[in-house]
Amino acid sequence: MTLDYAAALLGAVLFAAAPLILAALGETVSERAGVINLSMDGTVLFAAMAAFAAARATGDPWLGLAAGAGSGAAIAAVLAVFGLFLGASELAVGFVLTLFCRELAYFMGHAQARQPGPDLGALSIPGLSDLPLIGPAVFRQSPVVMLSLVAVAVVWFFLMRTRPGLVVRAVGEAPAAAAARGLAVKKVQFGCALIGGALGGLAGGFYSLAVKPGWGHPQGCEGAGWIALAIVIFGGWKPVRVALGALFFAAIQVSGIALQDVLPGLSGTLFQIAPFPVMILTLLVVNLRRSAAFREAARRVPLLGRFMPRTAGGAPGAIVGALDKGF
Amino acid sequence: MTDRAAFLRRAGLSLALALGVTLAIVAAAGAPPIDTLAVMLSGGLGSGQAWLRTLSALVPLLLCGAALCVTFAANLWNIGVEGQITLGSVFCLWFLRDFGLSGGLPGELAVAGSLIAAMVGGMAWALLSGVLRTHGRVHEIFSGLGLNFVAMGVSLWLILGPWKRPGMASMSGTEPLPAALWLPALGGKPMSLWGLVLAVCAFVFVAWLLHRTFFGLTLSAVRQNAMAAERLGLSPKRRMLAAMAIGGALAGLSGGILVAGLYHRLIPSISGNYGYTAIMAVLLASGSLRFLPLACLFFAVLTVGSIQLPLSLSLDSSLAGVVQGVLVLTLFAARRILPAGLGGGRP
Repeated sequence: MTLDYAAALLGAVLFAAAPLILAALGETVSERAGVINLSMDGTVLFAAMAAFAAARATGDPWLGLAAGAGSGAAIAAVLAVFGLFLGASELAVGFVLTLFCRELAYFMGHAQARQPGPDLGALSIPGLSDLPLIGPAVFRQSPVVMLSLVAVAVVWFFLMRTRPGLVVRAVGEAPAAAAARGLAVKKVQFGCALIGGALGGLAGGFYSLAVKPGWGHPQGCEGAGWIALAIVIFGGWKPVRVALGALFFAAIQVSGIALQDVLPGLSGTLFQIAPFPVMILTLLVVNLRRSAAFREAARRVPLLGRFMPRTAGGAPGAIVGALDKGF
Repeated sequence: MTDRAAFLRRAGLSLALALGVTLAIVAAAGAPPIDTLAVMLSGGLGSGQAWLRTLSALVPLLLCGAALCVTFAANLWNIGVEGQITLGSVFCLWFLRDFGLSGGLPGELAVAGSLIAAMVGGMAWALLSGVLRTHGRVHEIFSGLGLNFVAMGVSLWLILGPWKRPGMASMSGTEPLPAALWLPALGGKPMSLWGLVLAVCAFVFVAWLLHRTFFGLTLSAVRQNAMAAERLGLSPKRRMLAAMAIGGALAGLSGGILVAGLYHRLIPSISGNYGYTAIMAVLLASGSLRFLPLACLFFAVLTVGSIQLPLSLSLDSSLAGVVQGVLVLTLFAARRILPAGLGGGRP
């Protein structure tokens, strides 16, 4: 494998992962504050339509991205108002919203279908783009790749290294305790839901303005929001691991396209659905590790126990509570 | 009495709100609002043919709605209905291919067997989700969702691989079945109304099961307090699995009816969003079996009526889903604005 080929492969994976990274980071921020945004799939699709329509209307793809982020935040605001202030089930509202936004995107995007429009193109950072391997893969690339990598650093720093980030985590872990400490729980949750929705909206814009340019029925980003939800679980609600999870799933999908020529019997759908069995297995492993049977086994076989704390990464407390409450 | 008045006021308010929002969305898309509604209604109810199409869309909605009522009664978020429909249709076609096409069984027996196979397929897929919940502590939202995509992958793989048409694989589906293996048409109608008969029977069965049996009583005990139910020796896990199995069987049956009674082959995404639409219908009926048939019928009219939109007004047919979503969301809001008495509340 030559260096050029490796750079092209790395670039392709980073490119495919960029929107997944953003949507999954958005869901991470939201869930870390204790708000499960099940509307992510509809958000990504609607924002893709809104971003493309805005970019076509203004001729500026960057304004399109902003419109995507704005529409994502607006959808998350609907979810948060219903869930936090109107006392509806977050899961029910999120699920209804995802179906609603998908249909609304197709209905309102009818005029945009298969029309030419601007896209974000590629960017070359002078100097850095001449680095071997990294240069062509990251710095002579679509700007969405650089943006997504910056977003990982920003979200990680915000959640893990700042005081507001600590507040967010405290609110998501134990809302009642946070409220008793005098934190404005609902305000924090509302804000985080909006940030999460905006990031999901940016992801939609990435799709329609860069990764799969244009709009149609289907656009090609259907299911991406669900994959993002799976990635958050896979990454244990930790921003850097979530980003690595997105890269992993993008690599599966890219290799699926590459392997189509080698193994025509294995259709591309196999690789499209791969994240979902992986999600289920991840959840199974994470949860079994907490079971009494596993603890007992780990006591007998110390080697098993050594892996336990290292890989433990659970859901924020408020999320577990919301899921247990059921419908 | 006050409860009923509150319910009617709420229903009226959410219908009015939903109508207003829908008209605004239609106008924003640059279409004539009143004409659009007229096209949808006449497309769903305007003729005998339209009624037949609406009724054949009602069949999977009513079956899946009944299935969801059973699983919701056990406090399970059964989002995997789509996958259960798909697996039902796969099992149905497998049975028809292996026992019908080969001539091993006479036509009628093969069709009847294929519907049972469909129920088994849906049940197996639902139980997978259920076991993951009860024994693997994987929440059913995530397993159901994941299994929906896996089921879609399985059906696509079969259509493009082992069951492809002779000579060529086609996204239009598998080779059509001979008429001897169709669910017989009732009264010479193009669409099999046997499906409707089965769906109504299933609905009555579920109503009886939930409201008139000890099993239904224990499900509601599990829903209200799983811990207390456990102490009472009601073994919530077994009840949850039973609810999943019944729900899966009903969803699978709708998949079987789609194959044997409507498409007569397996097509990609045969579940056609019926599973998701049924969830909306159940939410609209607030989980109440009394209002479920009405909600399903209304959603069937919308779904079928919207098919006319691209032809008559060159609008996207997804308007049906938009109206459904708006309705459910406004109902959520109306519940808060006009709270009911003690009897109201969420399911």
